[in-house]
Amino acid sequence: MLSPESLKKIDREIAKYPPDQKQSASMSALRIAQEEKGWLSSETIEFVAKYLEMPAIAVYEVASFYNMYDLSPVGARKITVCTNLPCALSGGVHAADYIKKRLGIDFNETTSDGKFTLKEGECMGACGDAPVLLVNNHHMCSWMTEEKIDQLLEDLKK
Amino acid sequence: MSSQGIILSGLDGDRTWRLADYIKRGGYEALRKIIAEKISADDVIAEVKKSSLRGRGGAGFPTGLKWSFMPRAFPGAKYLACNSDEGEPGTFKDRDILRYNPHSVIEGMIIAGYAMGCERGYNYIHGEIFEVYSRFEEALQEAREAGLLGKNILGSDFSFDLFAHHGYGAYICGEETALLESIEGKKGQPRFKPPFPASFGLYGKPTTINNTETFASIPYIIREGGDAFLALGKPNNGGTKLFSVSGHVNKPGNYEIPLGTPFADLLEMAGGVRGGRKLKAVIPGGSSAPVLPASVMMDCTMDYDSISKAGSMLGSGAVIVMDESTCMVKALERLSYFYFEESCGQCTPCREGTGWLYRVVHRIENGLGRPDDLDLLNSVTANIMGRTICALGDAASMPVQSFIKHFGDEFAFHIEHKKCLVPQDVQREGSKIYVA
Ligand SMILES: Cc1cc2nc3c(=O)[nH]c(=O)nc-3n(C[C@H](O)[C@H](O)[C@H](O)COP(=O)(O)O)c2cc1C
Ligand code: SF4
Ligand code: FES
Repeated sequence: MLSPESLKKIDREIAKYPPDQKQSASMSALRIAQEEKGWLSSETIEFVAKYLEMPAIAVYEVASFYNMYDLSPVGARKITVCTNLPCALSGGVHAADYIKKRLGIDFNETTSDGKFTLKEGECMGACGDAPVLLVNNHHMCSWMTEEKIDQLLEDLKK
Repeated sequence: MSSQGIILSGLDGDRTWRLADYIKRGGYEALRKIIAEKISADDVIAEVKKSSLRGRGGAGFPTGLKWSFMPRAFPGAKYLACNSDEGEPGTFKDRDILRYNPHSVIEGMIIAGYAMGCERGYNYIHGEIFEVYSRFEEALQEAREAGLLGKNILGSDFSFDLFAHHGYGAYICGEETALLESIEGKKGQPRFKPPFPASFGLYGKPTTINNTETFASIPYIIREGGDAFLALGKPNNGGTKLFSVSGHVNKPGNYEIPLGTPFADLLEMAGGVRGGRKLKAVIPGGSSAPVLPASVMMDCTMDYDSISKAGSMLGSGAVIVMDESTCMVKALERLSYFYFEESCGQCTPCREGTGWLYRVVHRIENGLGRPDDLDLLNSVTANIMGRTICALGDAASMPVQSFIKHFGDEFAFHIEHKKCLVPQDVQREGSKIYVA
């Protein structure tokens, strides 16, 4: 089950597509569901499928194909650092190493207090801003020097 | 960001993305002109052809010609799609266009919709730039409220609506047919072509897909004329173009310059190579384009023809600069990992081949390379290229071939001596967090 606010957002997405193409909203419906629930459990996926009148397996395929959906629980804050070549040339790997050291975790791990998960990302289309990272998929942070990373981690702990 | 061009020029202040600001800059004049002067759809396409605008998404296909492939008299819906799924490593121009001048894309799409008789368009926006997606939605709302989108645009009998579709992390959705699958709410797996999207596209209907920057160039072409646009660049390479410069330069960022500008000038605009180090190599058109050594690159001008003559591609205009502190094996390892990770897995040569490429480059980088590994890499690429559904297979192969071709010594050294020609501390210094 999703909240009425989430359903309203999903309805707005459905309205973007021709009336007989509701399934086009599956990507945004999953995004909205993940925003509310933190990650996509099979119950959530099945709920979205029912809501869009799609077979659950079709929605599951979408959820597992795209990298930004989380099919298992993640920390309250998911930090994704870009380490693709243009970023790697300009501090991307150093930034990731620094975050690993600060949080005491490696990529694909969550801190023991459940606050942070760290992920390695592919090009985010912001290579000129390297090092670049994303917080919870939606908030992009540019030019992440060690000082700015410290500041960010402080802010996110609150 | 700096501009001698038409898309990112005249952008002052923090409200440049607003409708009112765009109108002050001459925005929507092109659309108004078409409606007021009742310019025919054919004449719009003719003007675009005259401009010699070539697609800015990577393939450089002439835009006017592409538009003329759309069936004229088709009963039922036709669609338009804008490709803002910018995920080709090194490319970050569409993000700035959408952040600072979204209405140029909206106006370009409305005009395209008019020229091809489409009733609806979608802008597919890369997953990682949610903030840009939200802003684009606001810009759409502004346009709708001003009667520029929707039914009977500006009181004419032309109707067109436009929506934003948000990706969620799959590079392959930048491939145009994968993008259509994704808008249909499916896994983004490319389709076999033919049929081409102009006959069987979104929801099975005729569809044209263009890049963000391509659409953003259209208002200027209609307002000032195709000849004026052509004159900004050079023959067969009309206009100005955005170049995203990243890597080892002092001022990474977007530079909008006339096609045909010498690479040396672009490098200078981007502040030159960092720390006074020597230029080693440049990937001139996004990670899928073959790498070129410094000496070759310094003789190139930035346009489709010059870069292609030098053995690479202008692609998306993403210029990745590498200085002498770069280990070319490590650089290739990172790119090969990317293609391995992003292959959609439909075709065996791509799915298996990208895995092989990554594993072999990885073992060379880690001191486990074998004497015949370079032959192996070349034979794997030969078995991928031309044997796959989409161009990702080629995109994964071209970096491998070109890195070995131009920097083979470095690969051989790694294999023989189990270490890098470039000392580790030099590499670390060169790639550390850089504050200009
Ligand atoms: C693997 C792959 C990724 C691509 N990524 C993009 C992209 O991010 N943006 C884009 O405009 N075109 C991309 N393209 C090219 C598109 O398929 C298509 O040619 C382009 O959007 C057409 O627009 P244009 O003619 O205006 O360039 C990609 C192609 C391939 C094979
Ligand atoms: S070439 Fe690769 S990415 Fe393209 S369709 Fe085949 S498997 Fe998918
Ligand atoms: S390589 Fe990191 S954003 Fe492009």
